[in-house]
Amino acid sequence: MRGVSKRFGSTLAVCELDLEVNRAEVLALLGPNGAGKTTTVEMCEGFLRPDAGTIEVLGLDPSSDNAQVRGRIGVMLQGGGGYPSARAGEMLNLVAAYSARPLDPAWLLDTLGLTDAARTTYRRLSGGQQQRLALACAIVGRPELVFLDEPTAGMDAHARLVVWELIDALRRDGVTVVLTTHQLKEAEELSDRIVIIDHGSAVVSGTPAQLMNSGAEDQLRFTAPRRLDMSLLIAALPEGYRAAEHTPGEYLVEGKISPQVLATVTAWCARLDILATDLRVEQRSLEDVFLEVTGKELRS
Amino acid sequence: MSTLFPPGTFGPDARANSVPRMLAAQYGLELKLLLRNGEQLLLTMFIPITLLIGLTLLPLGSFGTNRVAVFMPAIMALAIISTAFTGQAIAVAFDRRYGALKRLGATALPVWAIIAGKAMAVVSVVFLQAIVLGGIGLALGWRPPAAGLLLGAGIIALGTATFTAMGLLLGGTLKAEIVLAIANLLWFVFAGLGALILQSGTIPAALSWVARLTPSGALTEALSWAVNRSGAPAIDGVGIAVLALWGAAAALAALRWFRFT
Repeated sequence: MRGVSKRFGSTLAVCELDLEVNRAEVLALLGPNGAGKTTTVEMCEGFLRPDAGTIEVLGLDPSSDNAQVRGRIGVMLQGGGGYPSARAGEMLNLVAAYSARPLDPAWLLDTLGLTDAARTTYRRLSGGQQQRLALACAIVGRPELVFLDEPTAGMDAHARLVVWELIDALRRDGVTVVLTTHQLKEAEELSDRIVIIDHGSAVVSGTPAQLMNSGAEDQLRFTAPRRLDMSLLIAALPEGYRAAEHTPGEYLVEGKISPQVLATVTAWCARLDILATDLRVEQRSLEDVFLEVTGKELRS
Repeated sequence: MSTLFPPGTFGPDARANSVPRMLAAQYGLELKLLLRNGEQLLLTMFIPITLLIGLTLLPLGSFGTNRVAVFMPAIMALAIISTAFTGQAIAVAFDRRYGALKRLGATALPVWAIIAGKAMAVVSVVFLQAIVLGGIGLALGWRPPAAGLLLGAGIIALGTATFTAMGLLLGGTLKAEIVLAIANLLWFVFAGLGALILQSGTIPAALSWVARLTPSGALTEALSWAVNRSGAPAIDGVGIAVLALWGAAAALAALRWFRFT
């Protein structure tokens, strides 16, 4: 995906976005509501045509080679989709019938905990059941590439774990997975790479570890007597670290907190013969990265 | 390591099934859904059957002695309208509401096959209606000429196509609740226009012509001519042309404006 833009009326939903996914990789598109995640995947699926830029999916153009692309990918739409009066089992059997060598629908229903709901009409399934059915429909045809738009939204904790295990198994078996989520934990647990999208552009990308280590800033906090002389500590710390008495008697060291840095701080305490209490290392979480790059305001 | 999913479980092997098999699955489910829906059956089977039996046996109005032959074309037309137009429009609208068509649009199934599956299911139900209503008619003393039945079958096919196109146009463009209201309202309007055709001897000629220019009036009139109650079958060229025009216009509009979501 190169320089892709998509506009709806006056809203620029996706703006000059570049994305690349490698085979058998799980890529998470992470972003707040309205960031352009769904628009992005729907352009890859061929539902929407980009206004600018080029998209290649499995070497094909999802708009002009739509039929071929659709035959090789699996799609889980946001909010699922199905005939309202078809039963869950009938719906999955139907989608399975589009494939020459589908997975066994009954096994898939059982694995996703839908056997009891197999005779329930789609309209009467709970939100979580509709989601699981949508996932089953996405993978039943043994696709090479699956797009999962908010795969675990509305699922209970148990179902979520099964789905996570399933996505891991997909990657292991060589299936490429593109998933969108606004759950940081999901992106962190599942993906090989994360792209944080906001206002239609990729703001940050990298492996979960890279994102958490990127740029800033862990914190080391401790409590000690007031007005200690910090100059020796600052001199002992590597370049770029900050150390200060944050509030009276509360000290704060900012920078990447490694075991060596921790040793430097405790050595300094030993030298001054003081006992630091409440010593606490706070590592940056993906959530910090996310909030840092997307801002803290609420989105509609 | 995963216990639920042994290695190789999801090994990619994305191969589309043959088009006839996909279409067969599509048609099978569409037909099952049509026949399982209680409200649809009320509209497509119960009401036409009740009307046919009731209007034939109850001495309402002056329709001569062979009442079943008078009412059969109008009721067959109404049965077609119920299945191909009202039922289809409502089903399509709610399929869209629940994301069914978009869901199928993301599979290997060709887009035309989604519509073809629906159309084939409609044709099957209309065929069933013709058999059932025809059978009841025979039991009530209806004796159409064989040539008239053949001509009638052709007109039923044309009428089904026209009303299916109109149903797809309505169901494929508006919101589900609005479609529900309009499709049911138009069912009554179409029924009324068909009834006008039966009264064409007693109403002003202009009104009769207005009715004949509507799709339901044209269908009723053409079917009446085919199984002509007073002699040899006749081809109602006007009715056939009117039906074809409505069908073509609706099909073009549906191609232009039909939305899968």
